Amino acid sequence: MKNWKLAAWLCASVALPVMAHAEELEVTHWWTSGGEAAAVGELAKAFDASGDTWKDGAIAGSGGVARPIIISRIMGGDPMGATQLNHGRDAEELIAAGLLQDITDVAEAEGWRDIIKPISLLDACTVDGKVYCAPINIHSWQWMWLSNKAFADAGVPVPANWDEFVADREALEKAGKIPLAMGQQSWQSNGAFGVIAVAIGGPDLWKKINVDKDAEAARSPEMTKVFEQADIARQLSAKSTVQDWNQATNMVITGEAGAQIMGDWAQGEFAVAGQVAGKDYTCLPGLGVNKIISTGGDAFYFPVNEDPEVTAAQKRLASLIVSKEVQVAFNSKKGSLPIRGDVDLSTVNDCTKQGLEILASGNILPDGTMTLSADTRTQLDDLLTEFWSTPSMTVADVQEKYASIIETAE
Amino acid sequence: MTQRPTRLFRNASSKLALVPMITITLVVFVGCTLWTVLYSFTKSKSLPRLDFNGLDNYARLWKTSRWLVSIENIAIYGVLSMVLSLTLGFLLAALLDQKIRFEDTFRTILLYPFALSFIVTGLVWQWILNPDFGVQHVVRGLGFTSFEFDPLYNPEIVIYGILIAGLWQGTGLIMCIMLAGLRGIDEDIWKAARVDGIPMWKTYLYVVIPMMRPVFITAIVLIAAGIVKVYDLVVAQTSGGPGIASEVPAKYVYDYMFRGQNLGQGFAASTMMMLCVVIVLIPWAYLEFGGKKRG
Repeated sequence: MKNWKLAAWLCASVALPVMAHAEELEVTHWWTSGGEAAAVGELAKAFDASGDTWKDGAIAGSGGVARPIIISRIMGGDPMGATQLNHGRDAEELIAAGLLQDITDVAEAEGWRDIIKPISLLDACTVDGKVYCAPINIHSWQWMWLSNKAFADAGVPVPANWDEFVADREALEKAGKIPLAMGQQSWQSNGAFGVIAVAIGGPDLWKKINVDKDAEAARSPEMTKVFEQADIARQLSAKSTVQDWNQATNMVITGEAGAQIMGDWAQGEFAVAGQVAGKDYTCLPGLGVNKIISTGGDAFYFPVNEDPEVTAAQKRLASLIVSKEVQVAFNSKKGSLPIRGDVDLSTVNDCTKQGLEILASGNILPDGTMTLSADTRTQLDDLLTEFWSTPSMTVADVQEKYASIIETAE
Repeated sequence: MTQRPTRLFRNASSKLALVPMITITLVVFVGCTLWTVLYSFTKSKSLPRLDFNGLDNYARLWKTSRWLVSIENIAIYGVLSMVLSLTLGFLLAALLDQKIRFEDTFRTILLYPFALSFIVTGLVWQWILNPDFGVQHVVRGLGFTSFEFDPLYNPEIVIYGILIAGLWQGTGLIMCIMLAGLRGIDEDIWKAARVDGIPMWKTYLYVVIPMMRPVFITAIVLIAAGIVKVYDLVVAQTSGGPGIASEVPAKYVYDYMFRGQNLGQGFAASTMMMLCVVIVLIPWAYLEFGGKKRG
């Protein structure tokens, strides 16, 4: 008898909580470093103030750890209220399977098409004319960060572009510096290569390969030049043995290394260390050769939910994310660029200003996460990290393998 | 004359009790294995779809240098881990069996690493083998400034750095199993050997080890299972680096199924892993169990 009661109680304990707290949204994301957490705090505060409840579902580790967890939760029938993902092709299949909420009505009611800038951010959220995500920030890979101290120690002026930097190699090495700091993780090798490809090969070549998947372009002599420069970068970073990107950034901060090729999130580390742009460190967008911003970034997706109350709360959150106040509060804490051109970020530093200017001038590229599938990106990660840490792998070798991955990319 | 019940219903109650276990085995192990093999021939990306593409996944798999490196690594790790675990485990057990003082203490010390998970083991050895903090730093601090020992940062030898950590963690258990086996050898056999004047090493080699056959088989099965599933140790120690030099098959499967969102490719890789195990296992099982019936 007792057992039956216990069983009934257990069943009830599973079934009942589903009915309570309709307006509490669990939001999963992977923003866990200091500046990132502060930025999420701003978003949560705004959401709580509007009457709903933000239930924080931070997942430690980077996107590589969090993304599989998030995607398997959605596919496994345990959807959260909302989740961060890189906008682009990660969510493609989830949308095709009807697992993500269509928020076109919010986007149309608020005129997102007119306020979001560059519009490619909204396009990355749009599938067959329907909007599925709310973009929140812009992150760009196309930066090189240089340590003013390292170049002063080496007795040479801070270089203004990639070629000058390469020419300073001997001076840096003589002064006991590692010319180029580089984390060992595969996404860093692939990312840094992408920056070199845009800077040396130019945006048109990059688009031909990454957007049109043109394998002939990947085999072209222009691309050989890109791989030759990547080969030089590989030699410059040969002595850098750290794993994480922020450890590599730290080598630039301490002046132990000359430079690092890394996205604009690295600026958060300089800020935490109390360094000033222009005085302690220098930034070169597009390696100082092709000044360009790639418009990757983060967006919020809303898994389909059966409860209409939850769906309504999801739409309220979507409109909140794009609102002016949240854009300012969030992006000034995180150090990223806002997704609309009509907000005022007067307090930003030199480097962010350069970024905003390039953005305004329209020299922009889509990010790899928007143009290539996760499968292709993983293959490229593997190939480039192999190239980066295998000195015996030749330029011709890696180019041919690169081209054959592009050939089969979808 | 009463009719005897048919064989099927003999011991009906115990057979009934086994039904859940048999069902689980059939559905979960056999069923899911077949499902995985079936879907490894499809174009499944992040969701499984029955959209066949023949052997494409396998063709791509065997052209991928990361997979080839993984196979090479698991072969090196597997052979060395098997040989060294057995040798070291047996030697340690034989030494402990010499009726030494503080045997309990030594046994505890040697078994302790086994209480740590692979993740912790990996992190500990990542620090020990780090050239800036670990062994190399200490030895250089002693005055040998040209001393170099950085296996985790050298693509040529990184797999041996992982092997060291694996051995450190696993040898204690093998030692304990061997010690139990040695204790099970009758004291009279040692006495007889001594009376005949057979040297100790010969007694071990020709008398004791053959008598410990079942113990060795247990140890081999345990080590082999550990080799096939090695994953967390690599993730914690090197995350596959430098480059792709310390990748292993299990990590390839995970990365392509979840990070690359390509289930078909991941399933193809896991099917190959199963095939390798089966290729090793079947001839061995045939020799081990098939022989007895005939004899």
